[in-house]
Amino acid sequence: MSISVNNISKHFGAFTALDNISLDIPEGELVALLGPSGCGKTTLLRIIAGLEQADQGDVFLKGDRVTDQPVKNRQIGFVFQHYALFRHMTVFENVAFGLRVKPRRERLGEAIIRKKVHDLLSLVQLDWLHDRYPDQLSGGQRQRIALARALAVEPSVLLLDEPFGALDASVRKDLRQWLRNLHHDLNVTSIFVTHDQEEAMEVASQVVVLNHGRIEQQGAPGDIYDHPANAFVSRFIGQTNVFDLEEHDADWLQTAGLSAAQQKGKIAHVRPHDIVIEKSTHHSDAYVTLKDWQHLGALIRIELVKSGINGHAASVYAEMPNDQFRRLHLNRGDKVDLRIRHAHWFH
Amino acid sequence: MAAISIKSTRHNGLTATVLPTFRQYKKITDMAQSNIMPGFRPAISFTLVYLALIVLIPLSAMLMKTFQLSLDEYWAILTNARVQASFRISFGAALIAAFVAGVFGFIIAWSLVRYNFPGKRLFDALIDLPFALPTAVAGIVLATIYEPRGWIGKLVMDSTGIQIAYKPLGITFALIFIGLPFVVRTIEPVLQEFDTAMEEAAASLGATRLQTFIKVILPNILPATITGVALAFARGVGEYGSVIFIAGNMPYISEIVPLLIITKLEQYDYAGATAIGLTMLLLSFLLLLLINGLQWWVRRRSGQL
Amino acid sequence: MNAISATSFLASKKLTLSDPDWVRYALIVATLAVIGLFLLLPLLTVLIEAFAKGWDAYSASLSHPDALAAMRLTLLVAVVTVPLTTVFGVSAAWAIARFDFRGKSLLITLIDLPFSVSPVIAGLIYVLIFGAQGWLGSWASEHDIKILFAVPGIILATLFVTFPFVARELIPLMQEIGHEEEEAALSLGASGWQTFFKITLPNVKWGLLNGVLLCNARAMGEFGAVSVVSGHIRGLTNTLPLHIEVSYNEYDFVGSFAGASILAALAVVTLVFKTVLEWKQKQEAAKQAVEVH
Repeated sequence: MSISVNNISKHFGAFTALDNISLDIPEGELVALLGPSGCGKTTLLRIIAGLEQADQGDVFLKGDRVTDQPVKNRQIGFVFQHYALFRHMTVFENVAFGLRVKPRRERLGEAIIRKKVHDLLSLVQLDWLHDRYPDQLSGGQRQRIALARALAVEPSVLLLDEPFGALDASVRKDLRQWLRNLHHDLNVTSIFVTHDQEEAMEVASQVVVLNHGRIEQQGAPGDIYDHPANAFVSRFIGQTNVFDLEEHDADWLQTAGLSAAQQKGKIAHVRPHDIVIEKSTHHSDAYVTLKDWQHLGALIRIELVKSGINGHAASVYAEMPNDQFRRLHLNRGDKVDLRIRHAHWFH
Repeated sequence: MAAISIKSTRHNGLTATVLPTFRQYKKITDMAQSNIMPGFRPAISFTLVYLALIVLIPLSAMLMKTFQLSLDEYWAILTNARVQASFRISFGAALIAAFVAGVFGFIIAWSLVRYNFPGKRLFDALIDLPFALPTAVAGIVLATIYEPRGWIGKLVMDSTGIQIAYKPLGITFALIFIGLPFVVRTIEPVLQEFDTAMEEAAASLGATRLQTFIKVILPNILPATITGVALAFARGVGEYGSVIFIAGNMPYISEIVPLLIITKLEQYDYAGATAIGLTMLLLSFLLLLLINGLQWWVRRRSGQL
Repeated sequence: MNAISATSFLASKKLTLSDPDWVRYALIVATLAVIGLFLLLPLLTVLIEAFAKGWDAYSASLSHPDALAAMRLTLLVAVVTVPLTTVFGVSAAWAIARFDFRGKSLLITLIDLPFSVSPVIAGLIYVLIFGAQGWLGSWASEHDIKILFAVPGIILATLFVTFPFVARELIPLMQEIGHEEEEAALSLGASGWQTFFKITLPNVKWGLLNGVLLCNARAMGEFGAVSVVSGHIRGLTNTLPLHIEVSYNEYDFVGSFAGASILAALAVVTLVFKTVLEWKQKQEAAKQAVEVH
């Protein structure tokens, strides 16, 4: 295992940030720590880095117990959320910092440092900015310099705290792809923290979902999406319709395809693309009213309203490809039949 | 933990990415604003008239008075040995005091921002005492404490044989007292806003605590420290009340420039007083210019311009 | 709320930010020593010296006619100068923080000017104008107007040294607050004065009060400038700081320190108010920050 975390707990006063967390990360993975604000993901990252002391538990890097090692002995590269570039140093000096503060006997010659820094700057495609100061760079450029700086010390693991959090949406898209490719080339075990599930699914090879200081699920993005371990994960990853059988009309759900025989719990989570709709031909009980739709590029999101027995309406969301939707020739206010293909059951 | 990011968002992220656009917005509204917001004419008129009456006209009176002197007369006044000695004493003592206050002030600001200790709030509030305490009070108190029979004066005299009060050393002590809050209050906010993630970054890159201090913290705090020292120096050069009681006021030895101006006035030597006063005024403007230039240079060097 | 308390806790517990214990203790001890020796000790000395000969001597010194006259004059000077400086500060801040015009930065520099002028020079310039050979000296004596070595001169010199106090506090504050709220008030039909009293003033009240307090402390405590223009006429043109000087030079230490104790008390009250005001300001800022989040 490249990174192992055993029984880590951390409290801030009465607030429990991490509650007995254990985690193993194999060599070469690109792992996303995913969770809502305050779930403890950044705290976990900082504890692995040695920037924070856990109340209990151990951290192992490449099999070595580093729990009591200060950050500078852990051979990690840390990319800070707001980059923490040294404002008074040029880009070049920033990247060279880790090499120049080494003890004299370990320090490389200035010529080698120079070459190494320029190589790294070329790697992040910013060598032309080497004599600028951080305040003169754009957000995306700063991000890449921060990464180059962290890589300069040849870390055994790379830790990134919300690496795309402070960037514009368009820059963020580009950088995600870029980070994935870079990780592919360098193959350094990496962990990044994010609250954006889309980002985690797109970039990571492994996703660890955290909530209230506990790990809810760990696995490949596809696994987590297709087999969410619990209601929290199902809700947090991707869109989902929630049907509580105690509130909904069970008959209606049965007509829609959620037969009682299949029931493995009281609550059904249904992904929008697992809902199929057709123009209503006969007056079945499963009909709903088409309220509105939005274009999401190749997909259409359809908002359906089901009037309940006691008068209050519930919204159901379905998704289908653009052309398929067009072929249905639906208008606002039309009655449609609804069929549920697949559901996840939770208690 | 988004909570952790709150602090750094404000300091780094916001100023770096969001603020420029906010500023641009402000600039635009400012321009449109001038038409909507009422009261510009009366406010600016009163401001300018009051400024002229209280500050500009009186100051220009001094300029006029100096112009009545020929250059030779002016030169003769300034090259007088007693005058030169007083300039040496005033500037020398102020310079040494500013440096000492710079060192003390840095330590105090660091402790107040970074550490917790009992009574911290009280001590923090006390820093401003030299701002609030009338200089005459400071003067008689410092003289009482540091005179050869005073609490500390006697202690120092007995143990080292050094006399503080009534010597240039006494002037320096008084000016340290006056200069201290300038340094502390200039460094404190910079230290508070200092992005501590930079320290963590340095540590994560393998720097020792000492290396982090010298290579990362100091370069970022030094400009504020130098500014504080310069402010303390500028104030010290012109200081009168807190100094004259402890100075001893011996011509050539412990006579400061402001006192010499008063002495000249008492002898009805208006020309002498004006020439010395104007020189001092020009020197303090030069100092002010230097401080501004220094700040500009520092900002440019770190790429903020 | 949990998140906020977690943050504050974190700030003090970050691993890499902690200095070695010996460094921490050494710096704290140095801090306490410097503050104690240079700031706390002088404050205590005032009290000790003032009461060196007991309560009776203390109260006798303070009730001496010269001392009483000095206190009255000091109060008079403050009562005249503080409101003027305040009105100036508010109008300057309104013009500078709310409008763009050419020469704005020059104006800001000129407002700061009196800070960098030695108080003795502040006195000197008025002597040069109103003195026997000054521009207005002969005019004043012809009309039997006494300015120099009289109360008007003292007030003028005090106006000069307190000049930037309120403006300096208000300008950055008003710039930071911005004018969206004032625009909103104006768009809702408020008049200029209504906007000022109902929106601007409540927003800057703590900063304004802080500036007024510091201005008052300086007005009551000014020594150098006043000493040049006052002429030291006992019972007539001696302010409290001058009274302290005269008594001290005549070796009337109890009298001198009794007067000093009044001014030191004023300084302490000023500091307490200042601390409370800054705390209030911070609290209000924090409250707004919470509302935003």
